[in-house]
Amino acid sequence: MIPLSWYLILAAALFCIGLYGVLGRRNAVAILMGIELMLNAVNINLVAFWRYLTPALIAGQAFAIIVFAVAASEAAVGLALIISIYRQRSTVIAEEIDLMKW
Amino acid sequence: MITDPFTFVGDLLREFLIGLGLTPPQASGVIAFLGAGALATAVLLLCFLLIWAERKILARIQDRIGPNRVGPFGLLQTVADFAKLLTKEVVVPSGADKLLYYLAPPLAVMAVVGLWAVIPLAPNLVGTDVNVALIYLISIGAIGTLAIMLAGWSSNNKYALLGAFRSVAMLISYEVPMVLALLVPTMLAGSMGTVAIVEAQRQMWFVVLAPLAAILFFTSSMAEAGKAPFDLLEAESEIVAGYNIEYSSMAFGMFFVGDFLHGFTLSALTVTLFFGGWLGPYVDQYSWLGLIYFLAKTAVVYFVVIWIRGSLPRLRIDQVNSFNWKFLVPLALSVVVVTAVADKSAAALGWDRTLALFVANGLLLLGTVIALQLYARSQRRRFERSRPAAAPAPAR
Amino acid sequence: MTLLQGVFVVTALAAVISAVMVVASPRLVHAALWLVVTLGAVAVLFILLDAGFLAMVQVVIYIGAIAILIIFTVMLTRRVMADSGPQANRAWWLAVFIGIVMFAALLALLAQMPTWWQATPPPLAASADFMIEDLGKSLVDLDRYVVPFEVASVLLLAALIGSIVLARPPAETTGKTGPE
Repeated sequence: MIPLSWYLILAAALFCIGLYGVLGRRNAVAILMGIELMLNAVNINLVAFWRYLTPALIAGQAFAIIVFAVAASEAAVGLALIISIYRQRSTVIAEEIDLMKW
Repeated sequence: MITDPFTFVGDLLREFLIGLGLTPPQASGVIAFLGAGALATAVLLLCFLLIWAERKILARIQDRIGPNRVGPFGLLQTVADFAKLLTKEVVVPSGADKLLYYLAPPLAVMAVVGLWAVIPLAPNLVGTDVNVALIYLISIGAIGTLAIMLAGWSSNNKYALLGAFRSVAMLISYEVPMVLALLVPTMLAGSMGTVAIVEAQRQMWFVVLAPLAAILFFTSSMAEAGKAPFDLLEAESEIVAGYNIEYSSMAFGMFFVGDFLHGFTLSALTVTLFFGGWLGPYVDQYSWLGLIYFLAKTAVVYFVVIWIRGSLPRLRIDQVNSFNWKFLVPLALSVVVVTAVADKSAAALGWDRTLALFVANGLLLLGTVIALQLYARSQRRRFERSRPAAAPAPAR
Repeated sequence: MTLLQGVFVVTALAAVISAVMVVASPRLVHAALWLVVTLGAVAVLFILLDAGFLAMVQVVIYIGAIAILIIFTVMLTRRVMADSGPQANRAWWLAVFIGIVMFAALLALLAQMPTWWQATPPPLAASADFMIEDLGKSLVDLDRYVVPFEVASVLLLAALIGSIVLARPPAETTGKTGPE
C-alpha cells in the first residue's frame, strides 16, 4: 500500500513551500496563507503518525483537532490585525510597515 | 418487486452488469455512478415543478392567479422561461476574471445538488451512508458561500462585490445557529449520520422531543437559502440585485436554479432530521411508501416556506445581523445545554424521555418569551425617556 | 501501482502544485483560491488515512471559514481591484534557499528511519463510529486531553474578543451615538 514515508515527504514539501511563502512574500495576507500551508503540513504529519504508529491511541487525532482550533484563532486575529493596519497606514506590504510610530 | 422495488432494480442491474463481464466491485462502482446521475437529474428536473408551485402559491396568497397561459394551469411556464434564458447571450463584462466568472455558477449548483447525496429517500435508498453526514452538509454549504464570493469578485463591478460581501456575511453568520441546532438531533440519535437519525425517530419524531431546535434549524436554514424574510440577497430593490448582477442567460439561470433548489433541499433536510424522514405506517413492508411519505412531508414544509415568503416583509441587513447574534445564537446555545441536561437526567432518574424533553423545551420557551418581554419593556422605557409619547413635538 | 497508490499520487501532486501556485501566483485572489484547492487535497489525504471525521472538519473549518476570511481580507485591503507591483520580497532567493535546505534536512532525517519506508499500515482496531466516540470522550476525559481542550476553548474566546476589538472602526471623538 502506501508507506508512511510518502506522507512524510509530502508534508515536508508542503511545509517548505509554506516556509517560502512566509519568508519570501511582500503582502501580509500572502504571508498568512503560507502559515496556513505550514499548519496543514503539520496536521498531515500528526494524522499519518497516528495511523501508522499508534492507531489504537486516539491522541493523534485529538492533537490535530487542537491544531485546527489554534489555526482558526490565529487566522482570525491575524486578519483582524491586517485590516486594522490597512485602516491606519493604507498598506499591507510587510516591507512598508517598518516604523513603530509615524 | 412490490415490497422493495429499489433493491429489486439494483439487483437486476448488478446481475446484468456481471453478466457483461464486470467484477462485482466494478459493477457496484458503475451502479453508484448511475445512481448519482439519476439522483442529480431527478433533483434538477424537480426544479421545474418547484418554480411553478412557488409562483402559483405566491400568486394566490397575493390574490392573483399566477402563470396560466403556457400549458394546462401554466405548468409549462418554467420550460418557456428556461428556453428564453438559453437563447440569450452570455455577456462577460470587460475586465472580468474569466476563469472565476465561469466557475462560480456551476459551483453554486454543485453545492446544492451535493446535499442530496446524504438525504435518505426511502428505507434502502440513500446516496451514501456516511456516519458524519451532518458535517458533510455544513461543508457543502460552505462551498456554496465560496461560489457567491467568486461571483461577486469576478464581475469587476463594485456593486456586485458589495452585494457578495453582504451575502457572505449573512450566510456565515447564520451557519452558527444552524450548526448548534444540528447538535440536538445528533445528541438525541447518538450519531451524525442521517440514516441513523431517521432510524432513531421510530419511537417519536424529533420535532416533539426538540421543537425549539426544529424551529431554530428551520429559521437559520431559510436564512442560508436566502428565502424570505431573509431574501435581501436577491431582491431587485436591494443594491441592484446583488452578486449576480453581471450574469445573464444560462449563467444566471444556474444561480436561479441553485437558489430555488436550496430552499427545497433544506425543507427536505428539516423533514429528515425532525419530522421522521421516510417513516410512516407500513413503510417496512412496502419501501416505496417511504419515498411517498418523504415527498409529502417535504411538500408540506416547502408550502410553509412559501407561505412565510408571501406573508412577512423583508428584513434589513442590520436587523438580520442583530436577530442572529442577539437572539438566535444565545437561544441555540441554551437549547443545546437544556437538551443535554434534560436527556441525561431523564435517563439517570428514569423519567419518560419524551415528557422530560418536551417539558424542558417548554420551560426554555417560557424563559425566552419572558426575556423578550423584559427586553421590549426596557427598550420602550428607554425610547420614551428621550421623547414621551404624549408630549408636543419639539419646536423646529 | 494499486488504485490507492494512484489516488495518493494524484492527490499529492495536486496538493504540491496548488501550494506552489499559492506562493507564486501574481494575483492574490487566485492565490487564495489555490489555497482552497490545497486544503481540499489535504482533506482527501485525511480520508485516505482513515480519519474521515477529521477530513470533514478540515473542509468546514479551513475551507468554510478560514479561506473565506482570507478572501474577504484580500478583497478589503486594496484600493483598486488589480494587484500592483511584484509579489516577492527583495530577498526571495534567500527564502528559496532556506526552503530547499529545510526540505533536504527533513529528507535526511527520514532516511535514517528504515522502518517507515515499509508499505503496510497496521490494521485499525476499531470501527469509524467508535473512533469518533473515543475522540469525543478523550477530549473531556479527566485522565486524557481535557486540559488542552479547555485551553483551546479559552484561546478561541480570546481570539473572538480580540478580533472584534481590533476590527472595530475607530470611534468618533465627539458626542454620543444615539439613545444608547
